[in-house]
Amino acid sequence: MYFVVAGAGEVGFHLSQALLEAGHEVTVIEADRRRANFVQEKLGSIVLNAAADEGRAQMEAGCSRADAVIAVTGDDAKNLVICQLAKHKCRTPRVIARVNNPKNEIVFKTLGIDETVSSTRVLMGVIEQELPSGGFMPLMPLAGSANEVIEAEIASGTPPAGKTIGSLRLPTGALVGVVVRRGKLLHPDEDTKLEVGDRVIVFSATASESEVRKALFG
Amino acid sequence: MNVVIVGCGRVGGFLAGLLDSEGHHVSVVDIAAISPARAERAWFQHLPSSFKGEPILGDGTDLEVLRQAGIEQADAVLALTEGDNRNLMTAQIAKKIFGVKRVIAKVNDPVRAQMYRQMGIDTLSRTSILGTLLFAMLMEDREVGEVLLRKALAHEEEIAHEPVKVR
Repeated sequence: MYFVVAGAGEVGFHLSQALLEAGHEVTVIEADRRRANFVQEKLGSIVLNAAADEGRAQMEAGCSRADAVIAVTGDDAKNLVICQLAKHKCRTPRVIARVNNPKNEIVFKTLGIDETVSSTRVLMGVIEQELPSGGFMPLMPLAGSANEVIEAEIASGTPPAGKTIGSLRLPTGALVGVVVRRGKLLHPDEDTKLEVGDRVIVFSATASESEVRKALFG
Repeated sequence: MNVVIVGCGRVGGFLAGLLDSEGHHVSVVDIAAISPARAERAWFQHLPSSFKGEPILGDGTDLEVLRQAGIEQADAVLALTEGDNRNLMTAQIAKKIFGVKRVIAKVNDPVRAQMYRQMGIDTLSRTSILGTLLFAMLMEDREVGEVLLRKALAHEEEIAHEPVKVR
């Protein structure tokens, strides 16, 4: 397959190398001349020294015949524009954006960039899953809307421990969809009492995430 | 009108002053480029001393900062930073996430300006506007830009005669 990688920082460089090793065809676009030369020395003549957020550079790199354009610069706004340019100007069938600020994942989705990767989010997920108790993890955004699914574990000494779901001070619109208690699924209603160790799956507006966290952990 | 302006450089400051003096409610968002102390000076540098609106320190692509600036009640949002990409991101957030009716982004690259206009985001390219105007002036084409020039010069006069506030 043919991939255009926009940005030859650490992520772009190693991604390009891995794609080449997997037998794919790659062009990497890098605006900084020195960095472009460095990558050219290491990976061969697959580098285009140009600004990936300009239509002309994308045309030159062959984005219109690429199977995917992957924007991995350190600037979220630039990655957004690179992906939108590729999608609308070059009709690239698949665009993937790196987001540095995890809050931007939902913004990108709303603006039509469905595939995003946030290293911050991945690392937070790993760390929070490892927490012995009181874990709070946004699992995934719900496609095509500004909503998401959150998983949280009820810890002792927090507001919901021993209380009913109806008494939780969740933000408007948020809903406890299911409770996992000792490995079994429970379909909760207003009167379901939460126990320490329960894992609750909450559906909520992404913007209200911090209020959900507050309701569950005080 | 409630207006949110993102980016308080020369253009942002100029426009904020104009709208404010006409009685509109204006919030201006700008980010700390180097240090907060310097950014604060940078902000106010281009705002007229009479400015009564709200300056807000923060990233204009951050939803929380935009909420703080009152984007949910805004009739218009103008994205006027020095970065085309940031302006385009702010403009799309304003239009698609907050549903603001009037949104304009300053985009210096004419190619990007044209593409996003096709996608429904109003853009204004300093490059093509200023270039066209300069060309018209040289060719003594009075039809193009005469009204615009007269207005711009009048605003310049007002600003030039404004007393300087010591901070």
